[in-house]
Amino acid sequence: MVCSVSICAGEIFELKAELNSDKKEKKKEAVKKVIASMTVGKDVSALFPDVVNCMQTDNLELKKLVYLYLMNYAKSQPDMAIMAVNTFVKDCEDANPLIRALAVRTMGCIRVDKITEYLCEPLRKCLKDEDPYVRKTAAVCVAKLHDINAQLVEDQGFLDTLKDLISDSNPMVVANAVAALSEIAESHPNSNLLDLNPQSINKLLTALNECTEWGQIFILDCLANYTPRDDRESQSICERVTPRLSHANSAVVLSAVKVLMKFMEMLPKDLDYYSTLLKKLAPPLVTLLSAEPELQYVALRNINLIVQKRPEILKHEMKVFFVKYNDPIYVKLEKLDIMIRLASQANIAQVLAELKEYATEVDVDFVRKAVRAIGRCAIKVEQSAERCVSTLLDLIQTKVNYVVQEAIVVIKDIFRKYPNKYESVIATLCENLDSLDEPEARAAMIWIVGEYAERIDNADELLESFLEGFHDESTQVQLQLLTAIVKLFLKKPTETQELVQQVLSLATQDSDNPDLRDRGYIYWRLLSTDPVAAKEVVLAEKPLISEETDLIEPTLLEELICHIGTLASVYHKPPSAFVEGSRGVMHKRLPARTGSGESTESPDVGTAAGGSAPEAAPSIIPSQGDLLGDLLNLDMAPPTTSGPPPPTTGMQMGGMDLLGGGLDSLVGISHSVDPYAATPGQLVNPFWVKWSLRSDGVLCLQVWLPAMKAKGLEISGTFARRAGVIQMELILTNKAMSVMTDFAIQFNRNSFGLAPAGPLQVLTPLGPNQTIEVSLPLSTVGPVMKMDPLNNLQVAVKNNIDVFYFSCQYPISMLFVEDGKMERQVFLATWKDIPNDNESQFQIKDCHLNSDAASSKLQGSNIFTIAKRTVEGQDMLYMSIKLSNGIWVLAELRVPSRLSMCFRIMFLFIIQAFTVFFPQPR
Amino acid sequence: MIGGLFIYNHKGEVLISRVYRDDIGRNAVDAFRVNVIHARQQVRSPVTNIARTSFFHVKRSNIWLAAVTKQNVNAAMVFEFLYKMCDVMTAYFGKISEENIKNNFVLIYELLDEILDFGYPQNSETGALKTFITQTGIKSQSKEEQSQITSQVTGQIGWRREGIKYRRNELFLDVLESVNLLMSPQGQVLSAHVSGRVVMKSYLSGMPECKFGMNDKIVIDKQGKGGEGATGQSIAIDDCTFHQCVRLSKFDAERSISFIPPDGECELMRYRTTKDIILPFRVIPLVREVGRTKLEVKVVIKSNFKPSLLAQKIEVRIPTPLNTSGVQVICMKGKAKYKASENAIVWKIKRMAGMKESQISAEIELLPTNDKKKWARPPISMNFEVPFAPSGLKVRYLKVFEPKLNYSDHDVIKWVRYIGRSGIYETRC
Repeated sequence: MVCSVSICAGEIFELKAELNSDKKEKKKEAVKKVIASMTVGKDVSALFPDVVNCMQTDNLELKKLVYLYLMNYAKSQPDMAIMAVNTFVKDCEDANPLIRALAVRTMGCIRVDKITEYLCEPLRKCLKDEDPYVRKTAAVCVAKLHDINAQLVEDQGFLDTLKDLISDSNPMVVANAVAALSEIAESHPNSNLLDLNPQSINKLLTALNECTEWGQIFILDCLANYTPRDDRESQSICERVTPRLSHANSAVVLSAVKVLMKFMEMLPKDLDYYSTLLKKLAPPLVTLLSAEPELQYVALRNINLIVQKRPEILKHEMKVFFVKYNDPIYVKLEKLDIMIRLASQANIAQVLAELKEYATEVDVDFVRKAVRAIGRCAIKVEQSAERCVSTLLDLIQTKVNYVVQEAIVVIKDIFRKYPNKYESVIATLCENLDSLDEPEARAAMIWIVGEYAERIDNADELLESFLEGFHDESTQVQLQLLTAIVKLFLKKPTETQELVQQVLSLATQDSDNPDLRDRGYIYWRLLSTDPVAAKEVVLAEKPLISEETDLIEPTLLEELICHIGTLASVYHKPPSAFVEGSRGVMHKRLPARTGSGESTESPDVGTAAGGSAPEAAPSIIPSQGDLLGDLLNLDMAPPTTSGPPPPTTGMQMGGMDLLGGGLDSLVGISHSVDPYAATPGQLVNPFWVKWSLRSDGVLCLQVWLPAMKAKGLEISGTFARRAGVIQMELILTNKAMSVMTDFAIQFNRNSFGLAPAGPLQVLTPLGPNQTIEVSLPLSTVGPVMKMDPLNNLQVAVKNNIDVFYFSCQYPISMLFVEDGKMERQVFLATWKDIPNDNESQFQIKDCHLNSDAASSKLQGSNIFTIAKRTVEGQDMLYMSIKLSNGIWVLAELRVPSRLSMCFRIMFLFIIQAFTVFFPQPR
Repeated sequence: MIGGLFIYNHKGEVLISRVYRDDIGRNAVDAFRVNVIHARQQVRSPVTNIARTSFFHVKRSNIWLAAVTKQNVNAAMVFEFLYKMCDVMTAYFGKISEENIKNNFVLIYELLDEILDFGYPQNSETGALKTFITQTGIKSQSKEEQSQITSQVTGQIGWRREGIKYRRNELFLDVLESVNLLMSPQGQVLSAHVSGRVVMKSYLSGMPECKFGMNDKIVIDKQGKGGEGATGQSIAIDDCTFHQCVRLSKFDAERSISFIPPDGECELMRYRTTKDIILPFRVIPLVREVGRTKLEVKVVIKSNFKPSLLAQKIEVRIPTPLNTSGVQVICMKGKAKYKASENAIVWKIKRMAGMKESQISAEIELLPTNDKKKWARPPISMNFEVPFAPSGLKVRYLKVFEPKLNYSDHDVIKWVRYIGRSGIYETRC
């Protein structure tokens, strides 16, 4: 047989004989030898039957050894593993709870499909065992079984039994049940398996006080997934979790910190409790730093996140992050990171003294980081800039190669931040030109020379010296050199013409790097066509650089805060970045702050919409398929309104199309409106499609494009019709770190030919955390394609970062035009002509309006009353609507009784592509 | 959760390998050996990700313990578990060494089966484990004993079993503090803190309910209002953590420390203070570079505590440059030696009373080098032991109540001892 590590046949034979020996001691020794071989990777699967034969024994130690063997080899010998089943089933009935638990624990580890069905009955018994030790083991076993065969677990109803165990009297059983359920729930992101509600939370919080340290971690991690209903519940949970901050186990502390950090989001900031909680968080975090180094590392990675999210917690604790000489390097580097984040005017003197000390240490990475940190301090705390620069100069004097290079890189940034302040040091920098061998440092030095060419007498000589080895430089240096020489030329045109020509030809003709070539050509053309413009472009004022660097993007930071204590927080990456499969794909987010008293919606709408109206979740169009092609083929330039209207036949086609399948969907939409119709405000817009309204009838904003899916750009918006023009109101929020510019918008073909009537007016660049409101007028002369649902609109938004796609739905009433009042005669004639197929009716319940009020209200939305008559005490209103594409809708509204407070209103929609039959009435 | 646990020797040979999850294959064992143990460069992180598999490792002497996972596990929990695992092994067979692990591998597998189920840590209290994981087998247990074991392992008081009896009820409290200092050459305190532990060794019958009191400022101030004049000084504790036997919610609400202790030794609490620390020693360094080949070093130490107390095991370590060729030392007290292998002058003094002063001076000859980089001048470090708590902590009481048995608080013999040791006690020069 083929073995991974050679084991000779003789040895196997010998072991076989020993395993079948009559003497118990000899048997046990033999099994031990087998296990020892297994550990070092030798293949002893050939002994399977002999080892399994030893299973039936009273000796627990021997039994455990056999079980260990089984767990390892059952998978490779599934048929023989069945042989063991009987013993397992028997053991599950043993009088000794330790043996019962051992059996159920081991059975779950034998990952053979055939065995699972035999496992069900014993497991069911063990879940209800009288002994808590057996129950807690069985709870974990459900998770094991689920991992092998999820369907089986669901079919057998084990999940419900597991849920019942959350109410178990024994805290450890509760903890294991919570752990098992959390794990199962993670692989079913949408199931509400862990149906957390205030009652179950209360049970968990009670168990939290009583169970082992590990159980406390399971429970806290589970609690962190819960979103309290309001700030009061949030506070009461926080109050019960805070005592955990004094636990000796760091993991308990960190998990408690996670729960608190998350639930704190919901507390109002002016609350006394909020500031108390903030104060309580600092000491335990500091204490984590006296744990073992590995845990310190985990704690520091987490503190890094916490400091970014809530800097106020640790702002006075700078000293504890000072590096100790004997700290392991990974702890040193993390401490340094946090020191920079906490640096402020108040503590900068201390920090600088420390950093200077670190810059003389041994570890190269650490020294580099320390030097860089000095530069960052200068940028962050203006008052300290001067001292930082002089410290950096001192360091340059040491002539230690990597220190000098690192210092030059940061000095470049200091120049950017404080222009015209520290240029006196350039001379010192230039002395070290020759020692620079790293691309980043060379590029930084070249930038400095180019930027201050007018103050450096021999700038041309310096740059020329770099030019000699142009092709051996890295791209970064080449690009920088090109720009620097162009700058130099613009500043001293007379002496450097030759140099600039040389670099331009090197970049454009001799290089095969497209970036370099393109930049070369642009400069060349700029210089040859318009030197003044060239000066404006190349020597333009540079935007300020930000004070904080290496900040984690806010959306990612929020997600990571929800993962405090876990690997995600150590890697600073979302779980989806390093976990395979469905686990961890679910993004966690911090809860929004909601007051218990206040509500954004007025109560009546709240109740009306509460039951059946989930907010229309904006669906993101997957970036694939022909749609993408469609959108990308469209020129991003906005269509001109003066362009020729589409041919009439096209319009007719669109109209006919709507008549065919469109009617059903239109009416279908209308039906779904019913629950909304309860409020008078909504009568105005009977076509609402799952549209949330404020009580005053104004459309609520919806988030169409969440920041997480669009690299930090969040778009929310709504539609309105003003003075005959359809407006798309957009709110763009930049939640990313970088500035966004060059916005453009484009629609996919849609049912009613909606298209932007002008470009998206975002004139100023959108800085981080800025918001801009834009109103985009829409025309209805764009290309037509029937969408499902009918009022679906697919939108592409482009900025300097990428193109993003989303879809949204507009209320049909936006399309009702102002000249929709049909002449009476025409109305009558048409009414009769419309076939019955095109008819639909529905009721609006609980509408407290009389017919006149309804009529005037509807008119506000361009639904015009043509005639009114009263039949048997019922008001009958006849109305007409014209859609932007020329389709007419005729309606009959019946208001049954004036006396009753409750009206039944009946719409009769007859849809007809009128343009085919009638000339448009004037 | 934890997918597997491996123990390696310094050569990277697997001593123990236990896999809990199917997603961890045999190749994971080799991946860690190749990428971490045999890595050319020093390991830069205790968490390593190799091919989407995460490895957590700790090292005990030359033994590597690695936990492996493919999921987003609670990282702090994994490390806490690894430390706990080391504690449990030490409690069972002493020092963690290759030989001990090889001799006890059956026991280790048995322990791993018990304290980690499907990668979830279970009860890891040595006291509880020792009741049913023995190397003698457990056939002879009666039914009562079995249920007692299981209720202890899963129960609220998992760390203590019922029915413990002692003829003499005794308890020992050790207040062990390590005082940490970083001082600038000019004598300015850059950072100083005391991290302390209260270790309790108890030999008490039954299930004794204990209450521990110390001169915690918050408690004293509260009582002070009641008119009871508090004697001595109180100290401000920055933060403290407790053994799992302490009722945390009670501490949070009333700041009283009450618990039922495990039998034998346990670390009752850890604490940290930064205010009003008594720094037992002050180090005054003086380094003078005489030309390129000679250094003159003079170090004075001053003891700063009651003259009646004696500090012990004093050791001052003065680092020397790498290119040192010879050292001449003169010291007034104790013995000083240049240790070339450690690049330091080690000055040892057996005992020193409070409010004294001692001095060492040394001449260091250097070999001329063309190394551009200056000598990094590591700080002068110090070790010592003093018979008091540098934080000022005092034990006020430890009351014992055992309602079911007939002994009272007065019958318990109690011992308290204070030891202050140096932690990282450094002075830059």
